[in-house]
Amino acid sequence: MTSRLNGHATAPPGSEHREPAERLPHAPEPLLSELSVAGREGQHLPAPDVPASGLPDAGLLRDGLPLPELSEPEVVRHFTRLSQLNYAVDTGFYPLGSCTMKYNPKIDDEMAALSGFAGLHPYQPAETVQGALRLMWELERALAAITGFAAVTLQPAAGAHGELTGMLMIRAHHLARGDTRRRRVLVPDSAHGTNPATAAMCGYEAVTVPSDARGNVDLTALRGLLGPDVAALMITVPSTLGLFDEHMLEVTAAVHETGALVYGDGANLNALLGIARPADLGLDVLHINLHKTFAQPHGGGGPGAGPVAVRADLEPYLPLPVVRRRPDETYDLDYIRPHSIGQVRAFGTHFGVLVRAYTYIRLLGGDGLRRVSEAAVLHANYLRAVLREWYDVPYDRPCMHEVLLSGRRQKAQGARTLDVAKRLIDYGFHPPTIYFPLVVDEALMIEPTETEAKPTLDAFIAAMAAIAVEAARAPAVLHAAPHDTPVGRLDEASAARQPVLRWRRADAPALAGTAGASAVGTAKA
Amino acid sequence: MPFVPTTDAERAAMLARIGARSTDELFEVIPPAVRFPALDLPPGESELTIARGVRALAGANRPAADMACFLGAGAYHHYVPAAVRALTSRGEFLTSYTPYQPEISQGTLQTTFEFQSLVCDLLDMDVANAGMYDGSTALAEAVLMAERITRRSRVVLAGGVHPEYRNVVATYVAERGTELVTGDVAVVGGLLREAEPADLLDEQTACCVVQQPSFFGRISDWAALRAACDRVGALLVMVCNPLALGLLKPPGGWGTDIAVADAQPLGIAMEYGGPWVGMMATREKYVRQLPGRIAGEAYDAVGRRGYVLTLQAREQHIRREKATSNICTSQALLALHATIYLSLLGPDGLRQAAESCYQYAHYAATEIARLPGYAVLTPEPFFHEFVVRGPDSPEALNRRLLAEHLLGGLPLGRFYPALADCALYCCTEMNTRADIEKLICVLSEQS
Repeated sequence: MTSRLNGHATAPPGSEHREPAERLPHAPEPLLSELSVAGREGQHLPAPDVPASGLPDAGLLRDGLPLPELSEPEVVRHFTRLSQLNYAVDTGFYPLGSCTMKYNPKIDDEMAALSGFAGLHPYQPAETVQGALRLMWELERALAAITGFAAVTLQPAAGAHGELTGMLMIRAHHLARGDTRRRRVLVPDSAHGTNPATAAMCGYEAVTVPSDARGNVDLTALRGLLGPDVAALMITVPSTLGLFDEHMLEVTAAVHETGALVYGDGANLNALLGIARPADLGLDVLHINLHKTFAQPHGGGGPGAGPVAVRADLEPYLPLPVVRRRPDETYDLDYIRPHSIGQVRAFGTHFGVLVRAYTYIRLLGGDGLRRVSEAAVLHANYLRAVLREWYDVPYDRPCMHEVLLSGRRQKAQGARTLDVAKRLIDYGFHPPTIYFPLVVDEALMIEPTETEAKPTLDAFIAAMAAIAVEAARAPAVLHAAPHDTPVGRLDEASAARQPVLRWRRADAPALAGTAGASAVGTAKA
Repeated sequence: MPFVPTTDAERAAMLARIGARSTDELFEVIPPAVRFPALDLPPGESELTIARGVRALAGANRPAADMACFLGAGAYHHYVPAAVRALTSRGEFLTSYTPYQPEISQGTLQTTFEFQSLVCDLLDMDVANAGMYDGSTALAEAVLMAERITRRSRVVLAGGVHPEYRNVVATYVAERGTELVTGDVAVVGGLLREAEPADLLDEQTACCVVQQPSFFGRISDWAALRAACDRVGALLVMVCNPLALGLLKPPGGWGTDIAVADAQPLGIAMEYGGPWVGMMATREKYVRQLPGRIAGEAYDAVGRRGYVLTLQAREQHIRREKATSNICTSQALLALHATIYLSLLGPDGLRQAAESCYQYAHYAATEIARLPGYAVLTPEPFFHEFVVRGPDSPEALNRRLLAEHLLGGLPLGRFYPALADCALYCCTEMNTRADIEKLICVLSEQS
């Protein structure tokens, strides 16, 4: 039945049997559908050893299943070859700003794969999962110690999910006090897009707060926007400009004076371990991206986890369930909490992510975590001190764990930041985050992390310097970059105008005519 | 320190270049009163020592995977082919991130495109996204999407939709003024009966959410409901079990507008609840309302085919507060698990897996129904789960089963007080006849 999937098989280079309609000289790797041959199998299951029962009426059953058919060796080679098309932390320096692409200890993955964790069903009775519950309880305590908050939920699946959870808790806090006037949430102009998107999902109007010339929240503007209709300020600490706000305590005090709360986006917590506890800065709620600060391998985009830490009076609103330690030092899950915002996902947590974070924190301990942040900040400032010779530094003061550059000098010479980024690939590096934050022209956000050695940083500096020279003398070489990748720059505008979002079958014409704008490889996650 | 390679000499050299006397000087912007707190954490230790401690925690659990498991209810014990673990453990997949630079991310982008294609084929839908956090949040996003498309805010949830999925929907819509209407579930004549969702629809209804098979295992014919939705202009949203689709008519075949599923049964460990990945698919005309990432085909200047993230004008990093969702971090690694699993099983393997589940469940249900004092309440046809009412409380029975290394069904009292004397049992291809005979043996003993 899947033979029809083979109509688009990619001919190898030099083949004489290429279909004339095909516009590609070759693709780096064919699709599964192009490799499929009817009759192949990659896995065979045993027949059930029980008497057979009749199947449901044919009207309830499917008529044909158009999946590809491949042998196991074909599957293994396909995905191995695809893996080799990826750049990864395990293969090189990955200074993607705001994403904290640090090296992740391999022991974390080994621990998460233990059958005593990976083989647990989420509905097992509490007495059969005491080790897992204790791990979660201890991780909550560790995250509370690191952030200075009273209570932690491990439920949220990612940072943005943590934002949703935290903002729903803030909403519950206001409503519990009978305060229904608060319709607006303030978000700095440098904020990640998830912040305003989350505010909107919670039914709030997102209002932008400008930054001042030194990259701080503009305190005067903030005071002008605060009022009885503001529920919260969502603020990233340190900011998405890689800076610690010089008036941090004044900002949080100003918000509190009006009865609003401060939501902390903890995406950049890697700068603050043992340096400052967010609760001490006046934040009321904080989400923590375990996949950034606490060494998750990222997996091509996820999974992550976004635990939320809160001050004591917000604890009743934590999502369900809550891990509880009983007086006899056994553990269970508490589902009976009348003030809770409810469940934010089924079946508890991203437990496998939690095992990795727990192992990581125990490996490093309190002193080790402080050394993580010290080295992360040292490395970013080293890059700032050297690269300012070649690139503009919009906010030239000591940065935290990442340094923000602007490619406006190069732009004037005829090479945009996108070109600089693509040329870095030629030099063997993953480019930084580009065109984010939005408030800086031609932004390059570089986060070296603590796990890189100085020779790596120096090699990166040398490449950035060489590219700056090229931009000044021969920008065309940047425009043509990258030169030696499996594919060159892809036409994203056409891809969005005429989207092809799945492999094509003979009977299913490609999607056409759907408009959509194309972004230029921006953003963090 | 193993994960911070910088030596004292390197630190000194970098500080000199920065023009700082010490690392502490870099933190002078932090208010002195709160700078450098002592963290109340135990000191770090060697990998060997920590691994010993973490292994001890793992050893303090009794994993379902090591028992004869009859527990399902949305998390399923299935066989994971060895090649899935081997391939997903590759550092190039494991330690890359969101493919912002397509030229050096084609591995992730093509596997994402293949995942979307497989989801479309399996669910028989036009377009799919790159995945959501899990099935429950995929459903919540589907409900929000249906509200956007119809500009209505009344949602009907069938009583057979997983209760935790319904809880998550309730949390997501809590501040939006959405009216949630949930169908009743009752026991009539010794069998479970769900209120007909078609009877709950009206002209204000944005969507009707059903689950196939239902939380109780039941397989239903949705043709009449599809027609009823059309009469009032409501969308049909279907939660499905992707492994069951090896056998069952897919959501597209029922005319579903938005289909969601948790891909956990497809090669993803139960892992005490996550991480898994949600599948989400819809009709072509609704593609711009989909949340989350989507990969699409693109060509370079010399005509080489590749893949990029596309239709990003839906997403928060472009549209901010006007985005279709706030989702950013994805579940790409888990989507890769499902993609490899489906590649290995193919159409015949997936059908074998689904049929094994069906056959073991029907054998077990038949044997249980024969026992004095026991009844199976889920009416035929059901897939691989069924509700059992017995003479003892399900919790007490589960303790007896546990003593024999058997993991019994989910007691239903927490979700359905009227079913406090019932449990939801599940069988998969991981069960054997010997497991089921042992289960029957314990069930038949006097308490």
